[in-house]
Amino acid sequence: MTELLGQLALGFDVALTAQNILYCFGGVLLGTLIGVLPGLGPVATIAMLLPATYALPPVSALIMLAGIYYGAQYGGSTTAILVNLPGESSAVVTCLDGHAMARQGRAGPALAIAAIGSFFAGTVATLLLAVFAPPLAELAFKFGPAEYFSLMVLGLLAAVVLARGSLLKAIGMIILGLLLGIVGADVNTGLFRFTFGLPELQDGIDFVVVAMGLFGFSEIIANLERRRSGHVAVAKVSSIMPTRDDWGRAWAAVLRGTGIGSLLGVLPGGGAVLGSFAAYTLEKKISRDPQRFGRGAIEGVAAPESANNAGAQTSFIPMLTLGLPSNAVMALMIGAMTIHGITPGPQVMSERPELFWGMIASMWIGNVLLVVLNLPLIGVWVRLLSVPYRLLFPAILLFCCIGVYSINNSAVDVVIALFFGALGYLFIKFDCEPAPLLLGFVLGPMMEENLRRALVLSRGDPTVFFTRPLSLGLLIVAAALLLLVIFPAVRRTREQAFQD
Amino acid sequence: MKLRSQRDFLAGLIFLVFGVIAAVVARDYPIGAAVRMGPGYFPFVLGCILALLGFVIVVRGVLRDGPPLERTYWRPLTLILGAIAVFAVSVESLGIALATGLLVAIGATASPESRRYESAVLVAVLVAFTLGVFVFGLKLPFKVWPL
Repeated sequence: MTELLGQLALGFDVALTAQNILYCFGGVLLGTLIGVLPGLGPVATIAMLLPATYALPPVSALIMLAGIYYGAQYGGSTTAILVNLPGESSAVVTCLDGHAMARQGRAGPALAIAAIGSFFAGTVATLLLAVFAPPLAELAFKFGPAEYFSLMVLGLLAAVVLARGSLLKAIGMIILGLLLGIVGADVNTGLFRFTFGLPELQDGIDFVVVAMGLFGFSEIIANLERRRSGHVAVAKVSSIMPTRDDWGRAWAAVLRGTGIGSLLGVLPGGGAVLGSFAAYTLEKKISRDPQRFGRGAIEGVAAPESANNAGAQTSFIPMLTLGLPSNAVMALMIGAMTIHGITPGPQVMSERPELFWGMIASMWIGNVLLVVLNLPLIGVWVRLLSVPYRLLFPAILLFCCIGVYSINNSAVDVVIALFFGALGYLFIKFDCEPAPLLLGFVLGPMMEENLRRALVLSRGDPTVFFTRPLSLGLLIVAAALLLLVIFPAVRRTREQAFQD
Repeated sequence: MKLRSQRDFLAGLIFLVFGVIAAVVARDYPIGAAVRMGPGYFPFVLGCILALLGFVIVVRGVLRDGPPLERTYWRPLTLILGAIAVFAVSVESLGIALATGLLVAIGATASPESRRYESAVLVAVLVAFTLGVFVFGLKLPFKVWPL
């Protein structure tokens, strides 16, 4: 306990320097700003703003990027409530009751509950992160290549199970991602694989390029298609304070949302999106009066908003302790750490404690900033939302292009991003979720490397994955997950859960 | 032959094509043995799995009903992709200032609602912003002008 307090104190020492507060503030503000704009999620936002953090010291860069992530999360809910458009995917369910409240003239209390619920959830999740990360990292040191490989198999399977839409397509997206990830020079032999004679591909495809194409460019095109009529009606915000009745209904929902969100955030493929869906479904199930949902039930705002913020924070746990991403945003964070010369994994905590604990402390500070910043700034966001998309998208297009180009000052990167933009557009048309692809893309080289190493160590004996107890355990969980999905009853619930 | 789910059929086709390409290309790389896996092993296996999976999804698209394909609007698709292509081609020869100008000018026409004078203002504002923030502010090493 005292050890934890000491470490947190170290963290706050780092996070509370004027410089880092400033970057945290900047990240949260930028994240909220872009999160508020519909049709640009956290993945594209982080990818776009990554070049702006190259010049910063690593701690500040990561603090800023994390701030962008939960800022975007939060901004998404503002849009959901005020204009009935999810600013990003984890806010989809917030639209249902949040916008219904707004139509009844209660946008203020909906926004306030979303902010307060998020803050509470963020605080709890940050504490969970601080408590559980060290023992997990301890455990991770016992992992050999076989365990890492099995863990990645488990992670990818879980990502498939938890993804929305068709299972087969999600598996296809992951494998395609794994294949794209190994483009470039082979680590062991130096052989260039899948470079098709292009020298630009020898170092592999940059993950920002893929992310920007799949999440940035293709979203712009899809948005332009969807929004044939440009005017959005922004709900008016009058009084902010929730009534006593609101509090009475909301507090338990906030607690439940926090619990579900924290738990699901750790799971691969989980993150913020799944938590908010699950929390909403649960509230509706246990409510004495489910009829109210969809017609402005405050629990329907409180629970998913708490859940998505909790999930956003706890999804850092596998990334910081194992070096494995649990969702597309964490995949980007790993990329960002690599750019700054930090290899993500259990050693970060012992070798760079100031970075690790500074980041955790900054998450809490970021959550405070969000509450302080957002409620007074609602007027600004409302104004921003009334800017028509025809004026916004050229700016987004520009930032995406400059973001891609600035990675290596390479025009070829822009062409590759263009290719992924076109591919991403097809995926949207054909109902394929792009997030598993990015996950596979980041894990591809790691998975191959660990598979090879495990087999070298075991002298080519493939049973090594089943004879090492930790590895076996992970594979059993993976197999159980797969069985669960094939099981028709579970399958139906899964489909139902994503229907709402 | 009538397709019952165009979305599944076409998605499966993408996987099938990528899988076959991956497997065929990877066959030229040393496969190695399980003890010392060659660089071709992992991609070859993945390519085969992907191709097989793609095939299954294609078959499912023929046999199982699904929602129809939504209409494609060619204007945003071609103009956005075109604008990016022009940016990629021009950024190294014309410099970032003109390339971003072209990008925004072409990109803005992708929306049927865009108006000419608004787009002109947008081009001016965004080029100025790029120069101010990325070139002078963040000092990213871009070539700025054609010379």
